[in-house]
Amino acid sequence: MTQINKNKDAITWETFSEGLWVNNPVFVMLLGMCPVLAVTNSAINALAMGLATMFVLLASTILVSLLSDFIPKQVRIATYIIIIATFVTIIDYVIQAISLDLYNALGAFIQLIVANCMILGRAEAFSSKNKPLKSIVNALGMGIGFTFALLCLGVVREVLGAGAIFGIDLFGENFQPWVVMILPPGGFLVLGGWLLLFDWIKQRQAKDEEQEGRANVA
Amino acid sequence: MSSAQQSMQQPDSPTTRMILVLTGIAMLSGFLVVLVAQLTAPVIAENQRIAIEKAVVKVIPGATTHKEFYLEDGKLVTEKQNQDSDSIYAGYNAEGKLLGVAAKAAAQGYAGMIYLLYGYEPSCECIRGIKVLKMAETPGLGDKIITDNNFQANFDALDAKVDIANRSLANEIVTVKAGTRQHDWEIDAISGATISSVAVGKALNESAQRLMPQVLTQLHVLEQSEVIHDAN
Amino acid sequence: MSPDSLTFIFINTILANNFVLAMFLGLCPFLGVSGKLNTAIPMGLATMFVMLVSSLSAYGVNLVLVALDIEFLRLISYIAIIASSVQLVEMTLKKYSPTLFRSLGIYLPLITTNCAILGVALFQTFKEYDFGQSLVYASGAGIGFTLAIALMAGLREKLELSTMPSVTQGAALSLMLGGILSLSFMGFAGLGG
Repeated sequence: MTQINKNKDAITWETFSEGLWVNNPVFVMLLGMCPVLAVTNSAINALAMGLATMFVLLASTILVSLLSDFIPKQVRIATYIIIIATFVTIIDYVIQAISLDLYNALGAFIQLIVANCMILGRAEAFSSKNKPLKSIVNALGMGIGFTFALLCLGVVREVLGAGAIFGIDLFGENFQPWVVMILPPGGFLVLGGWLLLFDWIKQRQAKDEEQEGRANVA
Repeated sequence: MSSAQQSMQQPDSPTTRMILVLTGIAMLSGFLVVLVAQLTAPVIAENQRIAIEKAVVKVIPGATTHKEFYLEDGKLVTEKQNQDSDSIYAGYNAEGKLLGVAAKAAAQGYAGMIYLLYGYEPSCECIRGIKVLKMAETPGLGDKIITDNNFQANFDALDAKVDIANRSLANEIVTVKAGTRQHDWEIDAISGATISSVAVGKALNESAQRLMPQVLTQLHVLEQSEVIHDAN
Repeated sequence: MSPDSLTFIFINTILANNFVLAMFLGLCPFLGVSGKLNTAIPMGLATMFVMLVSSLSAYGVNLVLVALDIEFLRLISYIAIIASSVQLVEMTLKKYSPTLFRSLGIYLPLITTNCAILGVALFQTFKEYDFGQSLVYASGAGIGFTLAIALMAGLREKLELSTMPSVTQGAALSLMLGGILSLSFMGFAGLGG
């Protein structure tokens, strides 16, 4: 039993990397879609949203994993939601203090981080069942995975839709921006495109492995 | 795992404990939120002040400094008495000469309220520039009210003369279909961002009609104030 | 038509500013529960009902918050309102209409984590709508949500039977469909202008 306990609590590379690729919250689990599509019309907004979400995820993970022993399970969801809402309010004020322009660009979507099912999902499925340190490592991975996914979308949409990246003009005067990409349909199409790409890569890998397997048997 | 198992093996918690935990969490979160709100309040206020400062300097060409006045019961005063009184920003050049005044305007746009600051020059009785303070218009379409140079050119000298009775503007500021501007008090709309353009016109008209007749009669307050300020 | 008018708000929230297709709110049920038409529509209607209830309560609570000058508690109180109105709807249905409760029952917990509900409450505050406008906004948002999810379900039912390349059979396809729907809804953008 002690042996199993040890293994269960051990922090491995997988604890961290799970969120980066294998179970990427956006590309694989399709969680927290509303900020993913709504605020990724430029790279800087995407980055800010990713970092804000990561902060809320980390802070609520710490609190949830520390308090999980004291929280009666009938009221656990209510408690998690209160904790998350608290940190979202905090980050809302912090962003206002850092830059009003950024705050105006993100609008109500900062407050909508509360309804990001990824954060509640992580609290329920991981933080409440694991030791604080392990939960933090996992949340960090998830947060980076989420930010990375947002950036993937933000960069593509800004380059195509505004001909710029992080506000720096790329193509000069003659570029006719593909405005639809920074409009709502662009969000759906670009995310759909990324998913297609990843599915295709995965299928290729599976096929290669299958062939290798066959070759080995032969 | 051991801790999770323990909590699973516990018998259902009594109601008192649930209430206790919920209250505790609620108090903790209330404390944290109030703490952060208090800490960031001065920084946010400072940011807002800087944003206004930048906007004032932008909408009054040539202005380097500004001073805030409040319009209360038709009088311009420097101390705010009433929560809802309108702010009037007077812009001065380096020699302390009054160049123009700026005021806020707001109207419902396509995706929420549009908040503007506009500069008004008393010598020509015209609007010399606008700056959008806050809006949520669609990127790529409605936000052209900020980025479109042709639209911004409407406000190089937008006529806003006060009528003879000094009660309202002589000509209502209106937004017209793109490319059909005929009078100095008309705003050329952006095609593809009609609602946002109309909202800008509506906001300017409403605010200028209400404020400017009152401000124009009291220009001496704005000019004098700076003289006194200089003497100090 | 003025953007303040009730007709404009109503039509605009259903079509041009559709909550799902233009504002990206409520995407989880949009992608998750849109497989079959006969589950999508009840889900939409249940969401609409909760939207109305929580929008009205949020309007009231916001008045109190503003009056007491404690707006920093807005988010926390809105979340509490939504959770309790879902709970309230659940209890009322159970008591007075057990049949409806059985058919909607499974969707109700899902609604709590639907960001469209919180979205209605937050955006009506951001847009500074009065009582009537909030009411119309919430009903428009609910109808728009139901419309979008029903359209999506109809499309996906058709696609079940067609042959597609294997790569496109996952969520990517739903998103592409969403993109095309969203593109066509943008055609309504000029309405009322």
